[in-house]
Amino acid sequence: MVSGLTLVLAATLPFWGESSWMREFVEIACYLIFAMMWNLLAGYGGMVSIGQQAFFGLGGYVMLVCGNFAGINPFIAILIGALVAGVLAIPISWVAFRLQGGYFAIGTWVISEVIRLSIANMQWVGGGSGTSLTALRGIDKATRESTTYWMALACVVLSITLVYVFLRSKQGLALLAIRDNEIAAKSQGIAVGRMKLAVYVVAAIGAGLAGALYFVGNLRISVNWTAFAIFMVVIGGIGRIEGPIIGALIFWALNKFFSDYGTWYLIGLGLLAIFTTIYFKQGLWGYMQQRWGISLFPITRKLQYSSQS
Amino acid sequence: METLIQGILLGGLYGLFALGLSLMFGVMRLTNTAHGDFIILGSFASLALVSSGLSPLQTLLVTLPLAWVLGYGLQRYVLNGTLGKDPLPSLVVTFGLSIVTQNFLLEIFSADPRAIESDGFNTLGFAISESISIGLLPMLILVLALLATFFLQWFFKNTHMGRAFRAVSDDPEIAELMGLNARQVYASATGLAFVLISISGTLQGMRTTVSPSDGPLLLLFAFESVIIGGMGSFWGTLAGAMLLGVAQQIGFRWDSGWGIWCGHMMFLIILIVRPQGLFPKTRD
Repeated sequence: MVSGLTLVLAATLPFWGESSWMREFVEIACYLIFAMMWNLLAGYGGMVSIGQQAFFGLGGYVMLVCGNFAGINPFIAILIGALVAGVLAIPISWVAFRLQGGYFAIGTWVISEVIRLSIANMQWVGGGSGTSLTALRGIDKATRESTTYWMALACVVLSITLVYVFLRSKQGLALLAIRDNEIAAKSQGIAVGRMKLAVYVVAAIGAGLAGALYFVGNLRISVNWTAFAIFMVVIGGIGRIEGPIIGALIFWALNKFFSDYGTWYLIGLGLLAIFTTIYFKQGLWGYMQQRWGISLFPITRKLQYSSQS
Repeated sequence: METLIQGILLGGLYGLFALGLSLMFGVMRLTNTAHGDFIILGSFASLALVSSGLSPLQTLLVTLPLAWVLGYGLQRYVLNGTLGKDPLPSLVVTFGLSIVTQNFLLEIFSADPRAIESDGFNTLGFAISESISIGLLPMLILVLALLATFFLQWFFKNTHMGRAFRAVSDDPEIAELMGLNARQVYASATGLAFVLISISGTLQGMRTTVSPSDGPLLLLFAFESVIIGGMGSFWGTLAGAMLLGVAQQIGFRWDSGWGIWCGHMMFLIILIVRPQGLFPKTRD
């Protein structure tokens, strides 16, 4: 009921809101989708990757190439970008899955460096300095902004719903079992390899989607987005759906007010992440959940005792 | 031929980077994602001391004990709390440390690349044939890398503390039953790793310019060396580092933009065809 009302309010924003709000929302949407997918990968799948920015960048570049060189409608190009990121995740996983735990993390970082260097050395997509989306020049500003906004909103709703439905399903339970004990899960007949691959690919699609969406509004990226995702998920609460949502909002707000402080701001973010990991392992939402027992997207299963027998 | 020699010399430096990482992972299964940033911290610590009048070698007298204390304290009071079956807490904490270290250095030393002044020592060299000459500094680095590897291998085999390292690595709980304090042993291991980090940081700063954002790349080189060499063997790590150095030099020779890319690619290929590394001793 409440969520339905929120959705209606959000969907009609272009008709009553200001255009700056829409831009802010698109930014939050990118953070949110990216953090959500990192949470799925690390918090539920137990695959702590520091290389997800590779898929973010790939989604963005494919979207640009489709829009600029092939003349495809940018909004369809966003979806193509996300899909290409997902398809490329399959061969990448063959390499990445050879490593486990901490070494998986750094291995994915190497892979993302290879992709970054490869793109940076290709002059025709603008090299490392970035390029701009020319295909949008034909569309007038108002249509462009509201369409981007709706796309972003749809992507957010879709991501949350997908992750939620997936985690409540039988497959979701299997995923949690793998995270808690891979060998035990295998012995119960869960196809561990296929499951991990599926999660990896979905997370790549999500990261690509966030990247493509981000590139429509912003023309260059330089920072390590995975660092942001880790921060958002850890602060909000890892391994729960609400975590990245809260985390993305907090991160957006911090970014808005403190990013002018540059290095000190980043030092603060780093320290906050360390502090949270050591003293509040469950993150902000986990803390609230423990305290008041609230849950927006319940996926935990509780044992129910029946009165008979 | 020249590429090969340069690659092996470069590999000596990478070997020094990698030994610390290998040590920490070996003893407590801790992946330190801030490893590269700590190397750069070591470079800048020496750089600051050199500019106050010490020679690069003298700075080591100051930085090495400091590095031990920093490593010991960090492990004892921060990192020990993150160890466990789940790799996530230690990864997040070291990743946080990486960002903090990087930005701290950026704040103090700015983003400009700088080198440690060694009165021209870094330009000295001797010719071994008409076209090939070897720098004295790279040669010194290689010798130090060999010595460090030899020392670690000996240390693990023959000293009381080395045996303690191996015991807690095999099974911390049983080691504690035998009277070892695993948390203290871990702290000593990190202290030792930080001494290696500090040495390699100083050498990196003498050999080339360093800037605060170099850390992650050095972490990747160290990591690649460990994996190429195979886990559990320090000589394997050094050999892996040399292979990486050679691959990068071949790439640089071909086109300067692709040198590092070539090193990464060789790493990925080895990961595919021989995931246990070239000279593995233990299987993880």
